[in-house]
Amino acid sequence: MSDRPHPILIGVAALVYFFLMVPLVIVVGAALSDTTYLTFPPQGLSLRWFENIFAISAFRRTIVTSLQIAFLGTLIALLIGIPAAYALNRFRVELPRWLGTLFVLPILVPEIVFGFALLKSLTVGAGVPVFVALLIGHTLLVLPYVVRVISASLASFDFSIEEAAISLGSAPVKTFFTIVLPNVRAGVIAAFILAFITSLNDVSVSLFLTGPGISTLPIQILAHVEQFFDPTVASVSVLLMFLTVAVMAVVERTLGLTFLAK
Amino acid sequence: MTRRFWRRNGATGWALTAPATLAVIGFLLVPIGAVIAGTFMDPRGVFAPYMSYFNSGFRTTVLFRTLQIAALTTVISLIFGFMTAYVVLRAPGKLKSLLIVAAVFPLLTGVVVRAFAWLIILGRNGILNQTLLALGITSEPLEMLYTQGAVIIGMVYLFVPLMVLSLVGVLENIPKDVLQASSSLGASPLATFWQVLLPLAVPGLIVGAVLVFTGSFTAYATPQLLGGERQTVLATLLHQRAMVSFDWVGASTIAAIMTVITITIVLAMSHIARRINPMAT
Repeated sequence: MSDRPHPILIGVAALVYFFLMVPLVIVVGAALSDTTYLTFPPQGLSLRWFENIFAISAFRRTIVTSLQIAFLGTLIALLIGIPAAYALNRFRVELPRWLGTLFVLPILVPEIVFGFALLKSLTVGAGVPVFVALLIGHTLLVLPYVVRVISASLASFDFSIEEAAISLGSAPVKTFFTIVLPNVRAGVIAAFILAFITSLNDVSVSLFLTGPGISTLPIQILAHVEQFFDPTVASVSVLLMFLTVAVMAVVERTLGLTFLAK
Repeated sequence: MTRRFWRRNGATGWALTAPATLAVIGFLLVPIGAVIAGTFMDPRGVFAPYMSYFNSGFRTTVLFRTLQIAALTTVISLIFGFMTAYVVLRAPGKLKSLLIVAAVFPLLTGVVVRAFAWLIILGRNGILNQTLLALGITSEPLEMLYTQGAVIIGMVYLFVPLMVLSLVGVLENIPKDVLQASSSLGASPLATFWQVLLPLAVPGLIVGAVLVFTGSFTAYATPQLLGGERQTVLATLLHQRAMVSFDWVGASTIAAIMTVITITIVLAMSHIARRINPMAT
């Protein structure tokens, strides 16, 4: 396996990486341009389009909504997902196999169909407030990631440690918090980050669940692009990219990035 | 204490999974089931919404266009993803982790941002047109946006990183001694590739292909921004029927068609992947 790949293959891989990186570089360049239209390479450097993000109230509001939804949705998904992942591993024999498949379903179903179905049943059908419907949609959107990532780290946990603690007199609930949870801490952090980023970037589920006055950042960007073609969107994009880099740096520090590639 | 805990095993398991189970059933299965069931309760007849869908030339065109875009995206991502994953796997340690990070990063950048980047590149006054004009290759700007090619480029851009990462995982799991045995028994590198590596990678390739196909079959933001109305796909048609025309029956029919096609492909392909796995015992 140590032999070098054929030069043509190396060339193709280099082109693929060029293809992956260049558009992102262009977005950063366009965001820094001093012109009123989108251009690259930037003509005159300026940060005024970054100021413009916060000058537009729709962006200010949707950034806050997006962060609230991503944070709360991830939190709820962890609260219901961690016990589920634990039970799926701990009671593997007692629980039916389809239960594990059930939690992967939100990935199998087309997101846009899911969003439409929630609009029909919750917002229109039951009169659920827009924010609540959005939160429910995002919670379910990220639940599969939470269950899968935490299950993966529980799979390598030795449950006999837990049994030892219980047989020595520790209460099951206390054992979970003092023995099991600290051992899968890395998995919980990874699940949180993956879920948070997924929710923050989501378009398809949010598309139908935004209403008057309540929208998420990606939906607002989409609406803005269709009306104006100025560098504001480029600078919002860069802002989102910085957020991603920051999150990735934290992951790299704590877990190593190969963890996310799994 | 221990004994009581053990006896309650099954019940404890059910209780712990209950909140998540109820959430998935109540907020996902029931609403989607209701959308699909609703399409069969049309006063015009049981299959009326489907008949009017398939009798419309425009809507069948949209369905086939969506399938075509998804298929081409999958094939292109598969070819380039496989070659790239092969190189990434053989890169020396430090470079390898750098290449993996470089593939993860675009994956974590939102779909809107990634589609928007191509809007700047492919637009009428975009970078590509400016470059072509400056080099004198064309005398007037080319119409690249709102074509099927633009949508496919945007989709390949979306899914190549995913393909590279999942195929690196697949290739990594192929035991090295199998390949060494092949070459030490006299097979040429090309023969090792076609007769040993590729057959072993096929189940993983299928899993990657299903991910990309279903992802591009149901994508909304990329076809909306790069394809516009001229390249309407099922996802954009669904949104347009529901939010612009308020045609709820039409929208539900599209939703049902998308769901059935997606789930059929996922189940069929994962069944095939399991059956042809030569490493399965």
